[in-house]
Amino acid sequence: MSKKSEIGPLDYARRLPLQLWVGVVLAFMYLPLISLVAFSFNDSRRTIHWEGFTTDWFVKLAGDDSLIEAFVNSLTIALIATIFSVVLGTLTAIVLWRFRFPGRGLFDGVITLPIVVPEICMGVAMLVFFGSVFPWPRDLPWPFDLGAIIISHITFCFPFVCVVVRARLASFNREMEEAARDLGASEVRALWDVLLPHVRPALISGALLAFTMSLDDFVITFFTAGPNTVTFPVKIYSMVRFSVTPEVNAASSVLMLITVLLTVIGIRLQGKDVASLEG
Amino acid sequence: MSEPMIRFENVTKRFGSFIAVDNVSLEVEAGEFFTLLGPSGCGKTTLLRMLAGLETPSEGRILIDGVDVTGVAPNKRPINMVFQSYAVFPHLNVADNVAYGLKIDRVPAQERATRVQDALRLVKLEDFAHRMPDQLSGGQRQRVALARALVKRPKVLLLDEPLSALDAKLRDAMRAELAAIQQEVGVTFVMVTHDQDEALAMASRCALMNRGTLQQVATPSDLYEYPANRFVADFIGTINLLEGTLSTDEPDHAAVQAEGLDAPIFVNHGVTGAPDSRVWVGIRPEKLAMVPATQPRPEGPAALPPANVTQGTIIRSAYLGSVTLYDVETQGGATFKVARPNGERMADPALPAGESVYLSWEPTAPVVLLT
Repeated sequence: MSKKSEIGPLDYARRLPLQLWVGVVLAFMYLPLISLVAFSFNDSRRTIHWEGFTTDWFVKLAGDDSLIEAFVNSLTIALIATIFSVVLGTLTAIVLWRFRFPGRGLFDGVITLPIVVPEICMGVAMLVFFGSVFPWPRDLPWPFDLGAIIISHITFCFPFVCVVVRARLASFNREMEEAARDLGASEVRALWDVLLPHVRPALISGALLAFTMSLDDFVITFFTAGPNTVTFPVKIYSMVRFSVTPEVNAASSVLMLITVLLTVIGIRLQGKDVASLEG
Repeated sequence: MSEPMIRFENVTKRFGSFIAVDNVSLEVEAGEFFTLLGPSGCGKTTLLRMLAGLETPSEGRILIDGVDVTGVAPNKRPINMVFQSYAVFPHLNVADNVAYGLKIDRVPAQERATRVQDALRLVKLEDFAHRMPDQLSGGQRQRVALARALVKRPKVLLLDEPLSALDAKLRDAMRAELAAIQQEVGVTFVMVTHDQDEALAMASRCALMNRGTLQQVATPSDLYEYPANRFVADFIGTINLLEGTLSTDEPDHAAVQAEGLDAPIFVNHGVTGAPDSRVWVGIRPEKLAMVPATQPRPEGPAALPPANVTQGTIIRSAYLGSVTLYDVETQGGATFKVARPNGERMADPALPAGESVYLSWEPTAPVVLLT
């Protein structure tokens, strides 16, 4: 029987047109990213011709103080915004899941508004807000000068945490909480001991979502950033305005690597957590 | 008589306009194995949850060991509960699950370890202390929930349908074990169940509920032999219920003319009913004697010879192993369920459908119900 077995009705991966289609889709998705990373190792000022392998651009990046400053700003903003988003988003999710109160439906609908409102509108809104309604003082010491950016990042990050945590809460068995109460736990203690472990996978994925979104946000940050509060994406943009240099490629590659790494770690942690909780 | 362990005083619970528990007064003595039995939605679980403090009564008071706990939070009551889903904490191992309540009470580590050990030994899980709940079977998880509740040495242990999630064989084993554990620890148990076999087999006393009200509180045998009304008679086991008119009512005997029967039903006890009032007569299937009509007609009671005998035709039969159940229709149109024990192996072949038979019963067999 040297002949290949016949293609079964569900063997989609063995049909040529479909294989081609998958190839095209993958190329569209990943070629730009691959070329970006590849040219960050290109030993040439011009970006179009491949001249040889080098890590010079990364070394140069490491020596660029303004870029490093922007990078540290970005990480700081992302970290603080994530902490606030997780706390705020989780509490909001618990309130919406647990309690009935007047205006709950409205609150429930409004909570996802920052997710659906176009980013450019959010950006302009933040500009107006911090410009005329609530001017953020200018000459604060670091990191307080980042306050306006941090607040606007929390605004669009915490609804994502809230949505993720709520989905997880739906599978919570209320008898667990009642059992904790029955065994002597106060209301707060019961939430802490039983509800929190249950939503932990959602907290991790919500936090990673918030962190990566904050880290690579450009539009909203662009509207709220001042001359002394430049973030990594905003800095890359200002570099591109002159020309697309290999430094830009390298910087983008670094940003990409960080987000990919975080996502992988997140999926790993979550997988372990879910496995240990549900068996 | 000493103070009862649990006392419900005119307890009512409303959810909106729905009355889940309607003016229930009930006392449970210390050391009892008390069951709350009833069809789903009868309010038995609500009653249990009010005892645990997970619901607050709309009206009335609840006392535990003489102390009014009506407004007391669940974590401040001398009561622990085994939940229907067991609610074993999935992120803690067996020992930590059992130790949880003791940790909250700040029991010193040394004492805690001993008590957890003892509790695990009681439920035969001492070898599983370091297992995670997802590595346990349903029955083992239930033991964890039981140990976790008992380790706190509550005055009352509540069990919410504890056996309903187990398969039949395991359920029988757990039934015996729960009863044994109750004997050993001497704690008052209050168990909710919709399974009457479970309630009858385990309980020292049983409260039967329907639509939020108590129908009868009695020992299992009294519930079966002396039901208070038609609902109780019908819910517990199988019974033949006949509607009729009370024709004679003396202190030591009574007679009922039932619809569908040519002869009256004679009982050897008085009924406190108005003469000629509507009553119902219940006769359990195993208390009916059945002989083929080819044999002589059985004799009725000496006081009223034609009574307690009727003739009918077998409609169908069901062989259930230990007994055979027959449906018999009388000439008047009444149907009886008759249970015949299969006492000797193959000695008594089943009577065929269509066979004409005599049914008879002792004057002690029927129970007369006024409502």
